[in-house]
Amino acid sequence: MTDALSRRLDARDWLLADGATGTTLFNMGLGPGDAPELWNVAHPAHVRALHEGPVAAGSDLFLTNSFGGNASRLRLHGAQLRVAELNRAAAEIGRDVADRDGRGVLVAGSMGPTGDIMEPLGSLTAGLAVEMFHEQAEALRDGGADVLWVETISAPEEFRAAAEAARLAGMPWCGTMSFDTAGRTMMGVTSADLVALTDRLAHPPVAFGANCGVGASDLLRTVLGMAAQGAERPIIAKGNAGVPKLVDGSIRYDGTPDLMADYAVLARDCGARIIGGCCGTTPEHLRRMRAALEETSPGARPKLETITARLGALSSAADGTEPDAPRPERRRGRRR
Amino acid sequence: MADQDDDIILAELSDEDLVRQMHDDLYDGLKEEVAEGVNILLARGWQPYDILTEALVAGMTIVGYDFRDGILFVPEVLLAANAMKGGMFILKPLLAETGAPKQGKMVIGTVKGDIHDIGKNLVAMMLEGAGFEVVDIGINNPVENYLAALEREKPDILGMSALLTTTMPYMKTVIDTMVEKGLRDDYIVLVGGAPLNEEFGRAIGADAYCRDAAVAVETAKAFVARKHNQLAAV
Repeated sequence: MTDALSRRLDARDWLLADGATGTTLFNMGLGPGDAPELWNVAHPAHVRALHEGPVAAGSDLFLTNSFGGNASRLRLHGAQLRVAELNRAAAEIGRDVADRDGRGVLVAGSMGPTGDIMEPLGSLTAGLAVEMFHEQAEALRDGGADVLWVETISAPEEFRAAAEAARLAGMPWCGTMSFDTAGRTMMGVTSADLVALTDRLAHPPVAFGANCGVGASDLLRTVLGMAAQGAERPIIAKGNAGVPKLVDGSIRYDGTPDLMADYAVLARDCGARIIGGCCGTTPEHLRRMRAALEETSPGARPKLETITARLGALSSAADGTEPDAPRPERRRGRRR
Repeated sequence: MADQDDDIILAELSDEDLVRQMHDDLYDGLKEEVAEGVNILLARGWQPYDILTEALVAGMTIVGYDFRDGILFVPEVLLAANAMKGGMFILKPLLAETGAPKQGKMVIGTVKGDIHDIGKNLVAMMLEGAGFEVVDIGINNPVENYLAALEREKPDILGMSALLTTTMPYMKTVIDTMVEKGLRDDYIVLVGGAPLNEEFGRAIGADAYCRDAAVAVETAKAFVARKHNQLAAV
């Protein structure tokens, strides 16, 4: 049971993950609406440059360029039959960049949501979801990924399907959800719900947590919520560098490297052990985050007021973990 | 909660109680009950347009507010929208026959590379409920699809949705192309989606960013009213 990520976590208090993939590739010329995964074969040098940024900035692990690499998402680009090829290429490029560095940087095979709604609300069956994730997981494994990295999930059913796919592929995995709707995922999952969900899985993740979302303060509230459940598994914090703005025709996120450095230190104090960025996080942000984590000692778990004073306001007053939180539930059963 | 097991016979309720019960049934996502309520009101001589606004739209407005306020989430809203469909299925042909007032027309679609249509579907449904004619061009639309739909449908409003960081810039591509072709000012352009914000919406040249379906309805109504006023003033 000693996978490379678990060994690293045993040896270190915290690990620095990477930053943005999509926004970085845009700046290299990826067209709006185009599939980043196609670049693993069409422009491998750009994908390599994407990974070299965080590796040079001191990241201990980075995510492959395979977020939208499942059949359901690739179908939009007529590439649903290229799942194995594109994901394998993604992992191989990552493996090569990591190995050349020589620090033992880990390659995490990114797996994003299918974009479909699962049964009974939608049409995607659990079986088909597992099949799609499994296909992607095997290709990432075969290309040399150390660990699978399931991210930006909002539905518990989809999280479970990804866990099952990782089990079938015989791979360790990490899983994060995006808590972007009043402190919950858009499907209503709270931070506490995710802890409970993770604990019940037959093939639980090595680490779990939150990514993307709507700002650094919100993300750390989610981490605090997970820590408050007494989560024993390492917690992941991968928040966006602020909010997107359009500057001279290209997208910039407004979070400064200093703000992200502050966020990284606070994330560690909140209980996160794998800390990184998401959309808008550049190597410059990562460098400052690494320096801040190395230069400071871990502190006491911060109060929410400390977090908002340093990182900005929350997007919602509550996040569903309050004792008297309203539960989204049917008010009555069938009455007739 | 005490009367949880007591049966409510919809046909025995007064008009006022029935409409209130239909709001509850919409909120609870009970499709068959909503359809039955629509049929009862029709049998009692209600105008289709009045059923639409007082029973269905008013009910969905409550759902919209609770979604906005973080009390309901997507699963509950999808069930409510599905229940609304049960009622709309009956009312739509009748509304067309009776020439119910139209608020305006909207073409709506998710941009190229983006598969997500939850938010878009909710907006389409809520706008339809609010009396707009909505033409839904689906997901993964390249700019050509939007331009063809504008040409064909001549709507008042173009609505675009994107849920991904990698697809939201495509909204700008569509708007830039409209500007190039001299079409931009002919339409109201509304955008929505999780990674967006108001400032971003304005920066890419949209008329407004709508954070959720309830806001989209209010914004669409306000812009269409303003457009009509401008036309009247010319």
